[in-house]
Amino acid sequence: MGYIAAIDQGTTSSRCIVFDRSGGIVSVAQREHRQIFPKPGLVEHDATEIWTNVQAVVRDALQQASLTYADIAAFGITNQRETTVVWDKATGEPVHNAIVWQDTRTDALIKQLGDQDRFRERSGLPLATYFSGPKLRWLLDNVEGLRARAERGEVLFGTMDTWLIWNLTGRHVTDVTNASRTMLMNLETLDWDPELVAAMDVPREMLPEIRSSSEVYGTHEGVPVASALGDQQAALFGQTCFAPGEGKCTYGTGAFLLINTGDKPVHSQNGLLTTVGYKIGDEPAAYALEGAIAVTGALVQWFRDKVGLISSAAEIETLARTVDDNGGAYFVPAFSGLFAPHWRSDARGVIAGLTGYISRGHLARAVLEASAWQTKEVVDAMNADSGVDLTTLRVDGGMTANNLLMQFLADVLDVPVVRPIVAETTCLGAAYAAGLAVGYWPDTDALKANWHKAAEWEPSMEPAARDKGYRKWKKAVERTVGWMDEDDD
Amino acid sequence: MPGPIQSIQRAAEVLKLLAHGGAHQLSVGEIARALDLAKPTAHGILRTLQEVGFVEQEVEGGKYRLGAALFQIGTSYLDGNELRAKALNWSDTLAMRAREAVRIGVMHGKHVLVVHHVFRPDNSRQTLDTGALLPWHATALGKALVAFGEWPDGDLQRFTRHTLNPDELAVAMNEVRDRDWAYDLHELVEGEASVAAPIRDRRGVVVGAIGISGPVERLCDSPDQPPRLELVSYVREAARSVSRELGGLSW
Repeated sequence: MGYIAAIDQGTTSSRCIVFDRSGGIVSVAQREHRQIFPKPGLVEHDATEIWTNVQAVVRDALQQASLTYADIAAFGITNQRETTVVWDKATGEPVHNAIVWQDTRTDALIKQLGDQDRFRERSGLPLATYFSGPKLRWLLDNVEGLRARAERGEVLFGTMDTWLIWNLTGRHVTDVTNASRTMLMNLETLDWDPELVAAMDVPREMLPEIRSSSEVYGTHEGVPVASALGDQQAALFGQTCFAPGEGKCTYGTGAFLLINTGDKPVHSQNGLLTTVGYKIGDEPAAYALEGAIAVTGALVQWFRDKVGLISSAAEIETLARTVDDNGGAYFVPAFSGLFAPHWRSDARGVIAGLTGYISRGHLARAVLEASAWQTKEVVDAMNADSGVDLTTLRVDGGMTANNLLMQFLADVLDVPVVRPIVAETTCLGAAYAAGLAVGYWPDTDALKANWHKAAEWEPSMEPAARDKGYRKWKKAVERTVGWMDEDDD
Repeated sequence: MPGPIQSIQRAAEVLKLLAHGGAHQLSVGEIARALDLAKPTAHGILRTLQEVGFVEQEVEGGKYRLGAALFQIGTSYLDGNELRAKALNWSDTLAMRAREAVRIGVMHGKHVLVVHHVFRPDNSRQTLDTGALLPWHATALGKALVAFGEWPDGDLQRFTRHTLNPDELAVAMNEVRDRDWAYDLHELVEGEASVAAPIRDRRGVVVGAIGISGPVERLCDSPDQPPRLELVSYVREAARSVSRELGGLSW
């Protein structure tokens, strides 16, 4: 039994990556699913389509490497977080499309629930449309008869990990990292918090059992399903950030900076989230501080699909390199409000500093630079909360293939940016956690030995240029807030 | 049958010239001089190319560069950044298996342009050289590219006493075509070796090469022997995986 298969159920696609013992990739399969946009601000997925795709990518990945289930020591699962689905316990049919994390339909509900910090102490999270609890409440309020069915125990709630594990093994469970994003879990007890559940007004019967991130939940085709981690926590695990103070930033649809804070939750004074990093079996949980940025790679995708100046995401670098700088243009992609450190749902996107001089090359630069400036904002918040300045940024995710962005990131942060040898840390983290649970790897030290530096970008920007750029960026951010009015949908 | 159309030939020369310049832009005068054309002729060609979006100017009367329409045309052009994005997983895996630095190269004029570089996985201090240019005739990457493409003109600089002369190189290139992989042994730097294999797109055209490089003691069984076959198999497997990613192989 030579391999571990990681299933990554992401925002735009589902993938299966098969790893060997050194952490090397043996095969990859991927299928995209539909993004359903019923109205501006609303984003849905078809959970049944996702389950079909997951089965297909597992088959494809095994087939590519000429493997059978008997060659797989365990399945690990990592998933887009907060995306919420409710399904019929008897038939497995979802009662509604899954509501995706970016969806802002719960805006009014959030306002109605009161002060932004109301649940922060217990859940570690500010009240925002981002999290699962309010999405579940919206479904209960808006799908006819759902509340009654939930109270009768006929329907089940889950994030995507729960949906997959239920389909794979028949058990209704979630892990601590995914549960920590519902706004219903108590950070200290790591169980559903009666007060939070009551305040959100959701029936306790429909919630899954909360388990650790690394244990055998059940089997699929005879193979143990042995880990579940939200995608960002999985990347933290994959980067082997097992010691307090170690952290990473993953660049995908959004960007997420997570720092391991050890076995105690740390509450942020600067707009960061307190979340569970991981929990291995019966060991104590490791907590993390998180800076969540909603839109980074999604801005490049938007530039490709909606503006059409490039035909693939990688071409943005080619276009950006046709000019030497941003020409004075700044692009703040507050498409669904601003996440960390601002948490402003009334913000919307802005391109500031436009003049007749600005060409498509400058816009491409501004698109890429937006990811770096947003990272600088959360790094500043992280430094303020921890009292210690970050000395190196570990990065991963698809956008690390973009050299121009990585260099610019090192320049604006003024610290070296380092990419590990497996850029697919999300899948690797899920594989690691599953492999630990079944004894494929002995301990976390064995995983640390697999971590190697694959690339490093050194800062080379003049301080004056950095300061000026950051000043302009902040002015551009100011121009995004307060855009939404009461009568906007 | 009519002969080739001169103005199309000239337009193609202009595009090639601009492509080789990369981000560097050229004026009408520079283009006319480089291609030995009358300035009004060069201007006429550029104006026509501009109308169809194949070239563009930052400002009226300014220098020229390739236009965005070219980016969207065709399968024949593979963006180096695209190649890096598609190759990321496989180059990482190659570096881990071979325990050596990995580079991916494409031809850029007479040189090999490094579009991707993965450090040797030993956490030692190394510098990223993405964007660097390498001589084609003294590197495995260059040989793997040129064996399946055009032989660039120009003199072949001798770097060490092992650097191949044109006759030896011609023989070596035949071997590369037969075996589908290339190596260099002390040819660029005394004591260093490299292995590379071609990456193919969906039409089977070689669009890049991926390879490893390092000290002869680690790559070869003895200093005068080609690199070990185990390493060659890792390199070829990586090349096949990237080709598959580009749609170049159906298996």
